[in-house]
Amino acid sequence: MGDLYLIFKNITRKKLRLTLTLFATFIAFMIYGVMTSFQSALDAGVELSADDRLVVVNKINFTQPLPIAYVNRIKPIEGVAGTSHLSWFGGYYQEPQNFMPMFAVEQDTLLEVYNEIVIPEEQKQAWLQNRQGLLVGEKAAQNFGWKVGDRVPVSSNIYSRKSGGQTWDFDIEAIYKGSDPKFDTSGVYFHFKYFDEARTFGQNTIGFIAVRTTDSKLNEQVIAAIDDQFANSPFETETVPEKAFNKAFIEQIGNIGLIITFVVLAAFFIILVIVGNSMALAIRERTNEIAVMKTLGFKSGRIFIMVLGESLLISFMGGGLGLLIASGLTAGISENIPQLPPLIIDQPIVLESIGFMLLLGLVTGIIPAISALRLNIVTALSR
Amino acid sequence: MTEGTTNTTDENLFQLTNVNKRFTKGRESITIFDDLNMSIKKGEFLAIMGPSGSGKTTLLNMLGGVDQPTNGEVWFDGARIDKLSENGLAKWRAANIGFIFQFYNLMPMLSAARNVELPLLLTNLGKKRRKQSIDAALELVGLKDRAGHKPKEMSGGQQQRVAVARAIVSDPKMLLCDEPTGDLDRATADEILTMLQELNREYGKTIVMVTHDPEAAKYATKTVHLDKGEFVEKGSV
Repeated sequence: MGDLYLIFKNITRKKLRLTLTLFATFIAFMIYGVMTSFQSALDAGVELSADDRLVVVNKINFTQPLPIAYVNRIKPIEGVAGTSHLSWFGGYYQEPQNFMPMFAVEQDTLLEVYNEIVIPEEQKQAWLQNRQGLLVGEKAAQNFGWKVGDRVPVSSNIYSRKSGGQTWDFDIEAIYKGSDPKFDTSGVYFHFKYFDEARTFGQNTIGFIAVRTTDSKLNEQVIAAIDDQFANSPFETETVPEKAFNKAFIEQIGNIGLIITFVVLAAFFIILVIVGNSMALAIRERTNEIAVMKTLGFKSGRIFIMVLGESLLISFMGGGLGLLIASGLTAGISENIPQLPPLIIDQPIVLESIGFMLLLGLVTGIIPAISALRLNIVTALSR
Repeated sequence: MTEGTTNTTDENLFQLTNVNKRFTKGRESITIFDDLNMSIKKGEFLAIMGPSGSGKTTLLNMLGGVDQPTNGEVWFDGARIDKLSENGLAKWRAANIGFIFQFYNLMPMLSAARNVELPLLLTNLGKKRRKQSIDAALELVGLKDRAGHKPKEMSGGQQQRVAVARAIVSDPKMLLCDEPTGDLDRATADEILTMLQELNREYGKTIVMVTHDPEAAKYATKTVHLDKGEFVEKGSV
């Protein structure tokens, strides 16, 4: 028998109380795990944005088109390493709810500007050579049950074909992964030429231009050069770093970060009150026993650590279980709700959670531990 | 036991010299002891009797180092203990004193063996040696077969025997007993007192027992009476 055994026996002596306290802690950390992974997934779009990538959009707003001719006028600007243009297609598979982030792209330059997209070389060549070829993200392929070699009809809620109808046929030639596990692979890309020739309107216009600079330190200079060039034209541009663009895009939904912070704070505040009260009660009930231990010769400091150990053990047991379940939940959510970015309980979330477990254990245990530390044997035994 | 002496001798295990003990209750200062002197010889089985509020338990607490005198000196086996720090006293208690309480004060979530093991956690003994000591202590109180039982699964007498085993397991020089039979019926009380008597006679343990019960005091080698913080008579059994 050691101190850890005593700690364990003390916390397990009232099974119902322990179960309820663990359940409350478990719920708080499960909420924390799921919400934080959601926030992390949203932030990943911003975090994974390349520092040396800019986005050129129509100054009115990013839904307005730009002339395709702009691409060639941007390429020679000093500090520009490469460009690629992308146009939102508004694609969905079979049912409108099966929508996907689908773009008509300049296929030859896409992979140079977005080098996070990882494709087997053979598939890459096949996609580049087939004008009806589709480059599908791993997650999108998984969502729709697609595989290389499939011919799939994809509808657009924006564009009709000159030949009639809104359904476009594609050959799945390549499936890409992200260079980082957090990279969103729900995107789908196809050749702009096929798109531009077949659509009924909007020829020679594009959605936005992605620009890679030779050095992120030149971003400001390149931004100024691009926007100055198109100033006072019918299609004025607004060029922003990709990070800022993605951040602004996410913030359109609302301040998700703030909402998540409030939910998590509320969960932790409630748990703090519940566990703190439970610990205080447990120690108050054991005043006599603590006095006896001190009488036998246990030093106050050792008892202080044992009481703190109890709250830490509860926090880590409940928190660990909550995080484990959150991990399963996020995997399930990612698999069943394809519209959401990949939710992952990664190392930073685990480390943060461990920090919170430690903090929760210390905060809820410190007052009972100090009470035990200061407990006067004579007073306690005479109660 | 001798009163009025401040000399420590090899025979004395405990010695209290000019001990004062005062409490403050609101604005009122209550004096429990005023210049109390006493000594307890090694191997003595001393019963302290007296009415409620006479200072019996306070005296026992001071002897056990769980309470400190306001003034005066407390010596144990040639060393002064009233000046020890809280941690110093805890260490001293663990090494020298075994406590037996009226209401047993066992840990309800631990088995008898685990309860007996508690004082050994304050020693450097290894697992095997601890087990040997626990077995020996439980054997001595006749409860080896109940080692795995929790306090609620035992009678009051059995619980007090576990408490005795806990008090002696680390082989302390002295046992301090606060009304050890106060919660037991006569027959069980006699069993416990006989056990204490054996520990005194056969194992040489010095025992100080606070009791209200004259029958219990008969098991002691000496009995003293406290009233309002003073020894009113002394005698031996």
